[in-house]
Amino acid sequence: MSASDLLVANGLVAGYGEMQILHGIGLRLAQGEVVTVIGPNGCGKSTLLKTLIGIIHPTAGKIVLGGHDITSTQTRARLRVGLGYVPQVRNVFATMTTEENLLMGLVAIPGNVRERLEAVREILPTLSEYWNATAGRLSGGQQQIVALGRALMASPKVLLLDEPSAGLSPKATDEVFGHIRAISSQGGVGVVLVEQNAHKALAISDRCYVLAEGRNRLDGDAASIAANPEVGRIYLGAGDAADRP
Amino acid sequence: MTAYLVSILIFASIYGFVALGLNIQWGLTGLINLGQVAFFAAGAYCAALATRAGLPFLLALVLAALISGALGAAVALFTPRLREDYLAIVTLGFSEFVRLIFLNEKWLAGGPDGIAGVPRPSTVPGLNSETSFLAIAAGLLAVAFWFSQRLARYPIGRTLRAIREDETVVASIGKSTLSYKTLAFVLGAALAGIGGALFASYLTYISPDMFGPNVSIYVLAAVLLGRQGSTLGTLAGTAVVALLLEGTRLLKDFITVVDGVQLAALRLMALGLALMVIVAIRYRPGRRA
Repeated sequence: MSASDLLVANGLVAGYGEMQILHGIGLRLAQGEVVTVIGPNGCGKSTLLKTLIGIIHPTAGKIVLGGHDITSTQTRARLRVGLGYVPQVRNVFATMTTEENLLMGLVAIPGNVRERLEAVREILPTLSEYWNATAGRLSGGQQQIVALGRALMASPKVLLLDEPSAGLSPKATDEVFGHIRAISSQGGVGVVLVEQNAHKALAISDRCYVLAEGRNRLDGDAASIAANPEVGRIYLGAGDAADRP
Repeated sequence: MTAYLVSILIFASIYGFVALGLNIQWGLTGLINLGQVAFFAAGAYCAALATRAGLPFLLALVLAALISGALGAAVALFTPRLREDYLAIVTLGFSEFVRLIFLNEKWLAGGPDGIAGVPRPSTVPGLNSETSFLAIAAGLLAVAFWFSQRLARYPIGRTLRAIREDETVVASIGKSTLSYKTLAFVLGAALAGIGGALFASYLTYISPDMFGPNVSIYVLAAVLLGRQGSTLGTLAGTAVVALLLEGTRLLKDFITVVDGVQLAALRLMALGLALMVIVAIRYRPGRRA
């Protein structure tokens, strides 16, 4: 673990009941860094995020955030110490307004609620356009931005994002990814991004982990992973140039 | 006629508590409870026993709320992972379980004979017994209404609504869904318990046959009529159901082609039909209730 590491996971073994999905996965993330996790379906990407946020508890391994071991803590405690999580699709409360959705993201942190709402509005200015709209009536891209805003309400140091581009148009994906990059580089928030849309995710990432069958297969800086012919062939759909940014 | 109207309003107020309770559980939180009558019955028996033992009416109300609330907590903790139809079946079964206990327990609950001679609260000066009771019931209902309104607008209410929409997402933002669901059951059951206490006190007599599953269906109809989650709508729905159930008794003076028993059946059929129409129109796919 280096001094700049904000989040470090080592040797994570986890799954659902008897079914083990993660077989000793490791990951590290520095402040203000975007790290993408890619891999084929079923390789454990979403399970990794659920383990990091505390929805699933690992049977082995260790998770350290800001120097504190959080492996055995509950989700609420992890949110309080600086983890934020946006689950995959259907991640907003459809009958609530944008503002109400954001308020749901508050955890017991000191500070004025109005100030916090305004701070999130500054980070994601487009929220103002549909502030009082019911989330269920928003487009997929707008819903993702609302979900991002809700996660930001707790002032996280690290954001865990599970396929934020799922079901989005290319234009909406670009907008959401633009926000993610800005949150990271301007706000200093570390981002772990699980994505199927690897080309676009790698374009905004600093580093990348490639998973296969619940294990680390490759890791490195995003550009070298994107240029790796094996990764390109297996995970990035080499030849599908139309999808490249 | 005035006395009859006052009686309808008293029943509407009493069932208003039960419906407001169900509105917290089902309307706000999405927990389908078809056994709300169990908490109503527990409150009624608790208050009947307490007031007969000489406890003041207000203390009996508090005890009824506490006992019913505790029963609500037990149901919630026993069914933490149940949603929708499975929870509906369990709560329906639970209400029959409670009714059968009262039916067979003779030492305390009086078995099938029930409990007679339940005292009424002191009369409000200047009012007769009936209007005094209406004033007390309506006053307490106003407090319950205010509480329910506040609850729905506060962060707790927002979280209950969020659970109704997606429990998984609520869990992912670090909120204990079990705690909130238990709270919804406790509050809803406590309100039903207060309604039960008023019911026992108003009628001065209770027996197990007054606490059949039809009561749960009536209050469900009231919440459905008023729009799921709406506090004011729930009270309006309760008034309509009370009027349909009690007010239609007057029809016997105008409709002579059917006898009293048939008319009673027709009233229930009318309520059932109204429910079917409301559900078909208001809750059809793609339309927001």
